[in-house]
Amino acid sequence: MLTRISAIALNTFREAIRHRILYLLLIFAVAMISFAQILSLLTVGSEEKIIKDFGLASIDVFGVLTAVFIGIGLVSREIEKRTVYTLLAKPIHRFEFVLGKYAGLSLTLLVNTTVMTAWFFLVLLIKGMFDARLGVAVLLLFFQFLLITALAVLFSCLSTPILASVMTLALYVIGHLLWSLDLLSARLSTEAGRILCRALYYVLPNLGNFDIKGEVVHGLTVAPGRLLWATLYLLLYGSAVLWTACAVFERKELQ
Amino acid sequence: MPILELLDVHKSYRSHLSIRKYWILRGLSLSIREGEIFGTIGTNGAGKTTTIKLALGLIFPDTGVVRLFGEDASKVESRRRVGFLPENPYLYDYLTGEEFLDFHARLFGLGAATRRRRVKDLLERVGLANRGDRQLRHYSKGMLQRIGLAQALVNDPEFVVLDEPMSGLDPIGRREVRDIILDLKARGRTVFFSTHILSDTEMICDRVGLLVKGSLKAVGTIDELVSREIPYWEVTLQGIVNGSLPCGRIVSRREDRMLVRVDSQSDLRRLLTVLNGHGATLVSVTPARQSLEDLFIREARGAPPSPARADGGHAHSN
Repeated sequence: MLTRISAIALNTFREAIRHRILYLLLIFAVAMISFAQILSLLTVGSEEKIIKDFGLASIDVFGVLTAVFIGIGLVSREIEKRTVYTLLAKPIHRFEFVLGKYAGLSLTLLVNTTVMTAWFFLVLLIKGMFDARLGVAVLLLFFQFLLITALAVLFSCLSTPILASVMTLALYVIGHLLWSLDLLSARLSTEAGRILCRALYYVLPNLGNFDIKGEVVHGLTVAPGRLLWATLYLLLYGSAVLWTACAVFERKELQ
Repeated sequence: MPILELLDVHKSYRSHLSIRKYWILRGLSLSIREGEIFGTIGTNGAGKTTTIKLALGLIFPDTGVVRLFGEDASKVESRRRVGFLPENPYLYDYLTGEEFLDFHARLFGLGAATRRRRVKDLLERVGLANRGDRQLRHYSKGMLQRIGLAQALVNDPEFVVLDEPMSGLDPIGRREVRDIILDLKARGRTVFFSTHILSDTEMICDRVGLLVKGSLKAVGTIDELVSREIPYWEVTLQGIVNGSLPCGRIVSRREDRMLVRVDSQSDLRRLLTVLNGHGATLVSVTPARQSLEDLFIREARGAPPSPARADGGHAHSN
């Protein structure tokens, strides 16, 4: 089983790194991180905050874009272009295909995030602004990418590439605004509305769990259990999403 | 035990946002025997590709049974001994030929040394030995078909399934694919393929199945399906400008050549004996045999209309 999953994962990784979009996104990310230095000149006294904030935001946005566009492209294209036929006509379980794709995409994101982070840290080291806590912030961002990738794989199994991209990006936005649902439920007068808000709050992915950018950039204290909680959340929520993707793909008619 | 068996299989599709079902297969029963080359022929939409997808567990039947090597075709293990080439395969064009075959060999858990040997052998077998280091995006259509075929053989399968393997190929490419199929049979393998190129089917198939609108209209050897009787002869004569013939019907006339249709052997003999008297020269005599094409066209035209309503009766194949 592991041999087959790793073969599919390596092939997915190979496809991704031969993809021009990946390099385009990486170049943009590196350019944005570099641009933060110019931007910081326009502000007085908060140069360090601007560079760190802009750098982390760039890694966040370009990591998510990579997860969505390359992730969805790689899975949907297999189905659309029927390359999946040659794979699934072999003794491969469908869940192995889904997990192999996910593992390959995660490996791509790991390389992608490492390159962006290396450049970001190099800029900070040159400026003498490096802070080890930024490493934790980037690690949590990477956890977020892993969750987004799982969602992208699920939607690819369910829908067309465009719809899958829209749904994944929508969940990314919603996932960062989930705290507002919590607030809303407290203000609602009807019980049904409150229950609905609470249900959505727990069902939708809470990406706030992976976001400590504000604390790190502004030098605030990060709660001690934050990393552990984010890891647990990723494992539980990510597994549930991947399990659903496998279940959906298991009975999918490959027309 | 048959290699592949379909028993009274029905399969329908429902288009998006529609409650209407379209029946692709209507009670298809089919059995592929060990060691034979079996070709399914049929018009577009007859259900050839659907049959293949069902056999490989890529889709699932509404009702009926599909068995591969005696096991339920949806079971993954039943595909261990199968090789498959889809129709117009879109292969991973960012891989080189060698990488592509190596990847597929990995999926069968073959070791590195075996993979290297297998990849080299297969590239030679499909005539791509000196193109293995090129990315597939630089391959011609014929080369893609051949590398796709090599991929289907990477596990040295007992049963090879090919969906339209000759489609879009030039005569040389078709011949190469034909030779590979015949070579597989010589090695004791079973081949099941779909096509609408009837001449290839007549040339290499042990048995043929004719699918029309989701039903198997005819199945058997070419001799069983196509009558070997000669209903008429076509005779081309040269040198007769005017004058009547003792028998036969003139089909066409161009300058001093004419094409005559003769309906019996005795008439043909009579015609040939009087030629000298008319000062004519015999150019050719062509017996008209019933071909697979005649059978194909007759059955396809006689088929009931489709799509049928979901609540409509199911036509059972013979």
